[in-house]
Amino acid sequence: MVNLKTKIGELILKNPIMPASGTFSEDLAEVLDLNKLGAHVTKTITEEKRCGNPSPRVCEVSGSMLNSIGIPSKGIEYFIDTVIPFYSQYNVPLIVSISAQTSDGFARICERVSVPGVDAIEVNISCPNIEEDGKAFAMRPSTTQSVMTKLRSATDLPLWAKLSPNTGETIEVAMAAEESGADALVVSNTMLSMAIDIHSRKPKLGNLMGGLSGPSLKPIALRMAYQCAKSVSIPIIGCGGISTVEDIIEYLIAGATAIQVGTATFINPNAMVTLLADLENFLQKQNIQNISDLIGSVRDEDATDDVVFMETAP
Amino acid sequence: MTIQQLPNIENASPATKNIYEVDTFVKSNTAITEEYRLLILEAPKTILNCQPGQFFHLQCPVTRSHQPYLRRPMSIYSYSQQDCELQFLFKVTGEGTQALSELKNGDTLNVLGPLGVGFSIEPEWENLLLLARGVGLATLAPLAQEANRLGKKLTAICSARSPNALMSIDYFKDMGADVITITDTEGTSTLDNMRHIIELKISQGAVDVMYTCGSNRMLKLLQEIGNLHSLPGEIALEQQMACGLGMCQCCVRSFNRCGVITQERVCREGPVFKIQEAMPW
Repeated sequence: MVNLKTKIGELILKNPIMPASGTFSEDLAEVLDLNKLGAHVTKTITEEKRCGNPSPRVCEVSGSMLNSIGIPSKGIEYFIDTVIPFYSQYNVPLIVSISAQTSDGFARICERVSVPGVDAIEVNISCPNIEEDGKAFAMRPSTTQSVMTKLRSATDLPLWAKLSPNTGETIEVAMAAEESGADALVVSNTMLSMAIDIHSRKPKLGNLMGGLSGPSLKPIALRMAYQCAKSVSIPIIGCGGISTVEDIIEYLIAGATAIQVGTATFINPNAMVTLLADLENFLQKQNIQNISDLIGSVRDEDATDDVVFMETAP
Repeated sequence: MTIQQLPNIENASPATKNIYEVDTFVKSNTAITEEYRLLILEAPKTILNCQPGQFFHLQCPVTRSHQPYLRRPMSIYSYSQQDCELQFLFKVTGEGTQALSELKNGDTLNVLGPLGVGFSIEPEWENLLLLARGVGLATLAPLAQEANRLGKKLTAICSARSPNALMSIDYFKDMGADVITITDTEGTSTLDNMRHIIELKISQGAVDVMYTCGSNRMLKLLQEIGNLHSLPGEIALEQQMACGLGMCQCCVRSFNRCGVITQERVCREGPVFKIQEAMPW
């Protein structure tokens, strides 16, 4: 029997597999047993009610997808009255993803969702749709620091900062989040992308641009997870393009302590449960007793001295 | 042939689980008109407890020439627990349906469902009127079957480009429907003629409720007629989907609920909505 337990700070997860925000809701309970998951991560909520972006909100690109859902939200009251009680039925940590347009707005919603039944807060400072031209807090270390500092004083719950691939300063942003009190980093959100219909010449998304997710994103998010694991001492939660057990192992070796499965659930709603069984089998076959033996075990010591360490571009 | 079920069916969390992700097997896949194909699948009984108007989310095969990534939602054309059979009627339009059209007998097709809220038939509705065109007829076919089972009287107005393109006429007749065909080439499919036919049926007392599918033109017509005669109605709507389960919020449309514009998920709150709440697009 292998030990799948993993720790994100003080929070113990029975296994390292959890959903990525925005690809999970109460509805999935009709397909699989939500008790099997390592944690539950909600779709990002905002304080106010929001409609989300115009249609089409999703399009496919080869082997992956783009989305510009936006953040439709029924508002904080609905969330506290309905969503939190739903997840309280399960013996699984609940991670609430929050967003806002300003640092003060972030602090307000953070305080309001710091209620019993919530085990950690994932801070969506990286959603590429919410602000004009896809700009987000997580694009720069300074804005990351200012929002995380405000959030830190707004709650005692663990804060997970969800980083963005839409930055040239991954390491600086990661370190800024750690310095200003983040308890873990989720690496990463979707990458700002575009697709155009060549016949109508119209962008395929109503919002013109949107976030790339699915297998195409994996090498980028994996690189970021590796960079972050090398640069900070708080846990990394790998997220981006995971659809097979090999993807999970790769993230763990790169330094992730847990992982999130997103777009794969859209293709196979049972993906997380299937991956859990696959992970157990893989570890058994490899005779690995604890997943902690894999975490950060990447063999990068042979890299030559002239490797430009962790630059964005080669 | 034996049916393989994914292990999740047995290991289900029993409280809420009633949507299944399973492999089915192709029994046949044939062209029935120039544009439309009929796909017949052998499916486990468990997933065939369906309502007319519900849909399945199909994982279209990836082939050398077609690489669909997301699943494709498709309304059920026919289902039978007794025969372990699930049927879809589809038009080949893009990457997903092209890939589906290449499925051979015995091939596996992974399906997710049954999904969504289907049509309702209230006990007091004795005379049902169906109005649809093209693939919309496929969506209304299980409704005709259910109406027949309940002993309801049925009028089916079937529209197509030409008499050759008309589909499922015999199917609706077998369900005891009074079938009226209208076509573009015969000049009978105009809005005015549709209105005339429906008004005539109403004057004969042959309409307690109206059902339609997909088309903006037909929606507006039935909204007008429904308002005029205080007749209820239901429409099955389409929208592009990603997850099909309600998680991703991709498939929302606007609805008018008692004067308030709301955003509803076609996959979850729908695909069937009240005609007077649907908003023309």
